[in-house]
Amino acid sequence: MSEVLAVSELTVSFPSEAGPVRAVRGMSYSVSSGEVLGIVGESGSGKSVSALAVMGLLPRTARVGGSVRFHGRELLGLGDRELSAVRGKGISMVFQDPLSALTPVYTVGDQIAEAVSIHTDVSKNEAARRAVELLELVGIPEPAIRARAFPHEFSGGMRQRVMIAMAMANDPDVIIADEPTTALDVTIQAQILEVLGTAQEATGAAIVMITHDLGVVAGFADRVMVMYAGRPVEAGGVDDLFYRPRMPYTLGLLGSLPRLDATEREPLTPLEGSPPSLVGLPSGCPFVPRCPMRIDVCSDTEPPLAPTADPRHTAACHRRTEIEARELGPADIFPAPLVGAAAVARLPRESRQPVLEVRDLERHYPLMKGVVFRRQVGTVRAVDGVSFDIREGETLGLVGESGCGKTTTIVQILTLARPTAGTVVVLGRDSARLDRGERRALRRNLSVVFQDPLASLDPRLPVGDILSEGLRTHGVPKQRRNRRVGELLRLVGLGPEHASRYPQDFSGGQRQRIAIARALALEPRLVVLDEPVSALDVSIRAGVINLLEELRARLGLAYLFVAHDLSVVRHIADRVAVMYLGRIIESGAVSAVFDTPAHPYTEALLSAIPIPDPRRERARRRVLLEGDLPSPFDIPSGCRFRARCPRYAALPGGLGARCREEEPVRLPQGADHDAACHYPPAPAAI
Amino acid sequence: MARFLLRRLLNYAVLVALATTLGYFLAGTTLHPRSNYEGRNPPLSAASINRQLDDLNLNDHTPIAKRFGRWLGGVVHGDFGKTVTGDSVTAEMGRRIGVSLRLLVIGSFLGGLLGVGVGVLGAVRQYHFSDHASAVLSFVILSTPVFLVAVLLKLAALNLNQLTGVQLLDYTGEYTPGLSGGGAHLVLDRVRHLILPTLSIVLGQIAFYSRYQRNAMLDVLGSDFLRTAQAKGLRRNHALIKHGLRTALIPMATFFAYNFGLLVTGATFTEKIFGWHGMGEWFVDSVTTNDVNAVVTVTLFVAVLVLIAGMLSDLAYAALDPRVRIR
Repeated sequence: MSEVLAVSELTVSFPSEAGPVRAVRGMSYSVSSGEVLGIVGESGSGKSVSALAVMGLLPRTARVGGSVRFHGRELLGLGDRELSAVRGKGISMVFQDPLSALTPVYTVGDQIAEAVSIHTDVSKNEAARRAVELLELVGIPEPAIRARAFPHEFSGGMRQRVMIAMAMANDPDVIIADEPTTALDVTIQAQILEVLGTAQEATGAAIVMITHDLGVVAGFADRVMVMYAGRPVEAGGVDDLFYRPRMPYTLGLLGSLPRLDATEREPLTPLEGSPPSLVGLPSGCPFVPRCPMRIDVCSDTEPPLAPTADPRHTAACHRRTEIEARELGPADIFPAPLVGAAAVARLPRESRQPVLEVRDLERHYPLMKGVVFRRQVGTVRAVDGVSFDIREGETLGLVGESGCGKTTTIVQILTLARPTAGTVVVLGRDSARLDRGERRALRRNLSVVFQDPLASLDPRLPVGDILSEGLRTHGVPKQRRNRRVGELLRLVGLGPEHASRYPQDFSGGQRQRIAIARALALEPRLVVLDEPVSALDVSIRAGVINLLEELRARLGLAYLFVAHDLSVVRHIADRVAVMYLGRIIESGAVSAVFDTPAHPYTEALLSAIPIPDPRRERARRRVLLEGDLPSPFDIPSGCRFRARCPRYAALPGGLGARCREEEPVRLPQGADHDAACHYPPAPAAI
Repeated sequence: MARFLLRRLLNYAVLVALATTLGYFLAGTTLHPRSNYEGRNPPLSAASINRQLDDLNLNDHTPIAKRFGRWLGGVVHGDFGKTVTGDSVTAEMGRRIGVSLRLLVIGSFLGGLLGVGVGVLGAVRQYHFSDHASAVLSFVILSTPVFLVAVLLKLAALNLNQLTGVQLLDYTGEYTPGLSGGGAHLVLDRVRHLILPTLSIVLGQIAFYSRYQRNAMLDVLGSDFLRTAQAKGLRRNHALIKHGLRTALIPMATFFAYNFGLLVTGATFTEKIFGWHGMGEWFVDSVTTNDVNAVVTVTLFVAVLVLIAGMLSDLAYAALDPRVRIR
């Protein structure tokens, strides 16, 4: 193994009105061919900036210092001409969002061929042929035809494959992958990681994998580096880092992750506070304000990255030897909060009142064509027969890939509009039989928290007005409104003095707390949580999740928790419903569905979720799904999952006919567990 | 694709017919050719006026729909009626159309090209001196009426000619009447006459396009795909043109169609001020002489020009952006 890329003491700063933003403050690493280095950090930790600095792709205002050596040759300070010769040939890059990373006006074949012909003197035809070869290598079906398609004709996962094909076009020595799977669904993420592995085998390149997801790194990387506030705070072999973390931040991150393999529901250990601003950083350790182990020296001097007992494992903490000696784990350092259960939740499920009952809900949209003479050419069956119910004090997790109809379902519930077919019953009242006034009164009992708090809070309203808007709409007098705003802010862990400030003055986690407070203003019975933590940084997720659990216990709320992250659902939900193409294909108690999934789709979803545990992750056998979610415009006959189903593919001849012809219905698989599959696995022997 | 263009053509044709009809009704009811004959000395008899007006299809005693029908019948056969002096509108148009098209075509294409260039430079060198300068200049030009620009240009040319002592630039007519000499000499003379009027049109066009192009380009400059192109190993400038400009040109295709109407209006002033006997000048003159047929013919001409500009912009859009191509 030879060292191909060596970065040492890399610094990057951007000028700003408030002073220089020190995005990277001294980062050193090296990678050898065939090796995978994972760089983990939250947004603003400097991980992506450092990658762009290596490529020389930062905006011209950026000041870059230190050294980047590729095969011993210094790259920093090289001109555009010399760097261009290295980019794409020696070092190539895969970016996060494959939709915007491909030029919309050229075919994907042309764009890959361009990558080839920039660096090698080949004819146009040869370059095009190589592009088709590469597309085939990354698993694009019918590559010769698809090469002539434009990026907008590809799905997200397919586009990311194209990006990878482009990155491996010239047999690079280093591939830098910057959050390559963040914008993708879990099943697609699993496919893409597989393709990246293929790319590495084919090129023998070193991979620098940048991500915020510790789970992705666990199974994929050989070595891991954790970044915080522009500096690496811990680095080492993947096993060392996951099983023997020595820096409190790493410990906190690991403890704050909801785990898919958790057996008992324990509160997550939250990392209080949020990452510091990179302008005018104080002299001490940047993690001090959030660190329960801080001592006086921490505020004065920033600890360097220094070796622990194992010299290859380094940590930047003044107390690393102490942590090592006492074998401290996340729970020892970060006190876990106590979360009780609501009185109502202790009753058996059958004796609790249903808050929401959805029966055979359908929402179809006509697909129209023509401008003058509009005619219907088809139907988009966004929601196609969904049934579930939620009882008092209960959390139902609704999971599925993007495009499966989750959002349409919750919009249908929240608006209380008349569905195409089926019924939505809220607190015993059928939404289709309400007049305007009744519908409005009933809406008080429903509220919603959206994914992105920055987008869902009006930036021009002070927090107090945001919280009292709903109260005013429902005619609450002014004095009571003001009192309620203070109550709400305290309820979500903020203070009444925050009421006069604007959303921009808060961090991401605090904004989501405000959004939660707004949802609680009218004392609803059911709160719909639409991906409430997926836009938040990893370290603040745990705090919000704990808050949600605490509120449920205190206020006896019921949650409809919509998410694509199954680990979070496993942590917070009591029951779970898995959606696929407008239908629920499996549902039941969380433990039943997660431990003994009966539907092959659930099985695949679960196996696609990375677990932040390197040994288990390496030992796992993945059920990889073929292809993408079909269009809800063109739903396959019989079982709608058939085309991607590994179980169907393995069926002996003759048995498959049933899957092709007959649509399966949900049948009981055990106590509080049902699944819609013709061939569920035999129940485990008891 | 062909079906799509055919449908667009049909849409535009309906619009042209509508514009011409409205133009005829407007001109036919507001212009008053009879006044050309009244108050003459010696006075003409009413019957004689009616006879002459009937002959020109301009008699306001005939219902307007009937007059329109007659005119339309002629148009179908390529006859656009007669001017108030009894000459053929078609022949007059033949003389003038080339003069106008020379200004309009050169003006719009040169203005478009230079405007895109200035806009791209402004975006790439954002906040540099050249960007600020082009921004200020553009806004000054955009907020100055065309006739003022034209007069200022004339003044500038006058001063330049006096300063150099040579007749470098000409600013009346499209050529020097009665000029003798070889072909090259004649061409040079025409070019000298062409420069100022073209400039008066092109300046406004550059100002207009450069602002939009700068914005479109700035959007693209921060885009991920430009970064991808460089990550593949394309040099910065190459990537800027091949991936950046190519994408940023798409919205310009739409502006081209919208802007053309504006351009024709501006050209009317230009022709009038520089003494070019083109369609715009004719339009203004016809209104003052109550020449209904000529006014409507110019309206039709402009409508057809807008149709062509619209078709060109549709074609350009489809050529530039694969996402709108319909198969």
